[in-house]
Amino acid sequence: MPHLATYVGLVDHSEQVLADSFRTVADGHAHVADVHHLCLTLAGMCDRHREQLAPVVERYGEEDLDEPERLRADALLQAREGEIGLLRDLQDLHLLASLVKSTWVVIAQGAQGLRDRDLLEVAQSSQQETDRQLTWLNTRMKAAAPQALIVAP
Amino acid sequence: MRLGYRSRVTRAAGADQDDRIVDVPGPARPHPSGSAWEPRVDLHLEDGLAEAEVDHWVRSACVLCSNGCGCDIAVKDGRMVGVRGRADDRVNRGRLGPKGLYGSTPWSHSPDRLTRPLVREGGDLVETDWDTAMGRIVAESRRLLDEKGPLSHGFYTSGQLFLEEYYAQAVVGKAGIGTPHMDGNTRLCTATAAASLKESFGADGQPGSYDDVEHAEAIFLYGHNVAETQTVLWRRMLDRIEGTDPPAVVCVDPRETDVARACGRTGGVHLPVRVGTNVALVNGLVRELLTRGWTDDAWVAAHTLGREDLEATVADYDPERVGHICGVEPDDVRRAAEIFGTTDRVLSTVLQGFYQSHQATAASVGVNNLHLLRGMLGRPGCGILQMNGQPTAQNNRETGADGDLTGFRNWQNPQHVQRLAELWNVDPMTIPHWSDPTHAMQIFSYAEAGTIGLLWVSATNPAVSMPESARIKRILGGEQCFVVVQDLFFTETAALADVVLPAAGWGEKTGTFTNADRTVHLSEQAVDPPGEARSDLDIWMAYADAMGFEDKDGAPLVKWRTPEEWFDAWREASAGRPCDYSALSYDTLRSSEGIQWPVTEEQPDGTARLYADAHFPSDTDYCETYGHDLLTGGTVTEEQHRAKAPAGRAFLKAEHWTPPHEQVSDEFPLRLTTGRTVYQFHTRTKTGRARPLDAAAPGPWVELCAADAGALGLADGDEAEVTTPRGSIRAPLRVREQEPGTAFVPFHYAGEGQANVLTMTVWDPVSKQPTFKTAACRVAKAGPGGGA
Repeated sequence: MPHLATYVGLVDHSEQVLADSFRTVADGHAHVADVHHLCLTLAGMCDRHREQLAPVVERYGEEDLDEPERLRADALLQAREGEIGLLRDLQDLHLLASLVKSTWVVIAQGAQGLRDRDLLEVAQSSQQETDRQLTWLNTRMKAAAPQALIVAP
Repeated sequence: MRLGYRSRVTRAAGADQDDRIVDVPGPARPHPSGSAWEPRVDLHLEDGLAEAEVDHWVRSACVLCSNGCGCDIAVKDGRMVGVRGRADDRVNRGRLGPKGLYGSTPWSHSPDRLTRPLVREGGDLVETDWDTAMGRIVAESRRLLDEKGPLSHGFYTSGQLFLEEYYAQAVVGKAGIGTPHMDGNTRLCTATAAASLKESFGADGQPGSYDDVEHAEAIFLYGHNVAETQTVLWRRMLDRIEGTDPPAVVCVDPRETDVARACGRTGGVHLPVRVGTNVALVNGLVRELLTRGWTDDAWVAAHTLGREDLEATVADYDPERVGHICGVEPDDVRRAAEIFGTTDRVLSTVLQGFYQSHQATAASVGVNNLHLLRGMLGRPGCGILQMNGQPTAQNNRETGADGDLTGFRNWQNPQHVQRLAELWNVDPMTIPHWSDPTHAMQIFSYAEAGTIGLLWVSATNPAVSMPESARIKRILGGEQCFVVVQDLFFTETAALADVVLPAAGWGEKTGTFTNADRTVHLSEQAVDPPGEARSDLDIWMAYADAMGFEDKDGAPLVKWRTPEEWFDAWREASAGRPCDYSALSYDTLRSSEGIQWPVTEEQPDGTARLYADAHFPSDTDYCETYGHDLLTGGTVTEEQHRAKAPAGRAFLKAEHWTPPHEQVSDEFPLRLTTGRTVYQFHTRTKTGRARPLDAAAPGPWVELCAADAGALGLADGDEAEVTTPRGSIRAPLRVREQEPGTAFVPFHYAGEGQANVLTMTVWDPVSKQPTFKTAACRVAKAGPGGGA
């Protein structure tokens, strides 16, 4: 099952990238209190997903075969500044979280085919939490957008 | 009296019973369950005036806490000179607390009232006339609207104005300017009450009634130090506690308060939880109900949603773990749950210990869960009172002058917005409804950045009351934002403004307001405002006139002029919504003993309790909100809500406990919490000007338990310095019984002992209420007591 292993590797890496990016945004927008604290909380959520995945990684391995196409987003290394910068950072987080979510969806399908209950449980619960991350990012972007687009310097 | 504080330990009988400073709750009228609460009339007149010398009495209700006690204002020679409780009023049966009795009128003729508008000239605020002051505001307002549009305007109002004034402000802000940046200091006191009711039931509205005190077999007070915050309600509870069949009192409070002391003698229990752990406690109580079978399963199945998820979330909160997290005895958690689970009539009240603490909404929703699991709502003695912090906070929420949409409407529901557009005859696009309205802390952040260029502050003093005061003062005083303040006095906030407008206060204008159990009162004008001061209603109308706001047909937007016309407009706006005032009029209120909304043609005498029929306002097309994720505040969409088909069922929601944002460390080893004294209200604008109240509590202090004080080498009366990462304050130490490791500071005082210098800028993800009660601090000796 080399391709399942590829996806296990992909989701592990993507959760790591998302966690790092949440922490970058938390630090870069430390004066925006809700963003700061929630991004740290949500980074911890990603960490837990990886911990729960660890036994699966041991079973299936994390293979990295050549794929016809490869999309691996890199972590946000530095936060932007100001209200429009925050909006862009939230949008980047949304993209990264979307990648995490769709990867879990694919893995859950594989787990069902394999009747692997443990993997299915990890994939489904992680996907639900990723949905919560996406919902918050969406809510926060909608709140921030008008001021950032229209009034910010 | 070095501390300037008259200890209530010396409470005595006799003459002192007429002194609400010494005997705060006043004489008892104990009675058994189910019998009526007897009247007891409190009266205070200034300067030794006799009752017979009063020229006339004017009907009103008290605005110096959220209780809303009915009273009459005494008028002598055109001045307000005292108050008398109304024996017929359902809220207080004649009683008044120390703040209401001694603080209601002295401020009104204080020589330092603002009587003329002020404008900033060359760095100084100088007196001017109304045309000049309003001209400055209108010029700045027009310039910003032209250059940046409506999002350049922010309004920060109060929990002290009248319903008519809030409604006028909502119309001016939402339909005149069209800005989503409107909130009140209600965000600091009552936002979580609204949020928790909305999340559980679908809309705001207190299910319970104060009458539940007469019927309850147990009273649970969650972070609600009623003995200091609402002394008349406390007297009401004490009259049951001192009766023949007292209700068991269960108190969740880290401090050894008068309420906590009532637990033991009523067979209840005091849970002195560590600050920041409320969610763990309520999850533990919910788990006990579930595992011990103390649930009404048929009722829960018929009238709620979410039981399975609730069970999964609370599964790990066994009493041992809860005891470990909260720092309480596991058996006390079991005992509290047993009282809740095995008593037929439980009244729960919730206030700032939950609202201003970590995970505020999740904790308060937990209280609603307990009642829902037992189907314990809508019957005498089975109430939930998610209390309010201010007398008119409820009206701010109802009318939408804060972060709510007028009439408990849902900003995500296009039909709701359309109805408002029809009422105001404007294009629905004018009314901002693309997101949750902007909350207070975010408004100040936008003002900090200058993207809000005009911030209008009415009847509140954020320079003292908001967290991290140094930052708030920088924002208000900076060049990036034009600040308008309207107030009774030259407050710390007014001193930083660009324009200051003198406002009329309570008794100097007419209007209605609604207390924490939905009781509506009319407060009539007793005297003329001083000098050129104007009512807030007149000020909003003057601004609307000067700006020339129009409806979509070119007619003036603001069509109502008198308070009664605004009330009638509000009746129409509220019709069909949970807060329905449609069958209520000024005439009815003039002869009422206090009437609880909804008041409709079907229910002309008002409604004692909501949800007696177990039908909740949760239908997708009717609800005030589709709900939020309690951890993140992410909004539920209409599709998600509709898919659940709530159809009048309530939501059981829960979230895991998370550690507070700021935890104790070697550098800051103590937990910091802030709170109130019975003798002062807010930043003391009124109570600080009443001699008996000022004398009773003239300055700030710091409280520690004896063990913590001893370890720091501090004795009662020593000058203490409290430091957090935000700053330091100094105040005398009082050694008190409370949860070890916790320091307490009252928040009322400006200057050297200003508590909010210490507090964090952080808020609850759902209610957006700032966290005033969770921070880490250190305390050190700054000087000796004694001759200081």
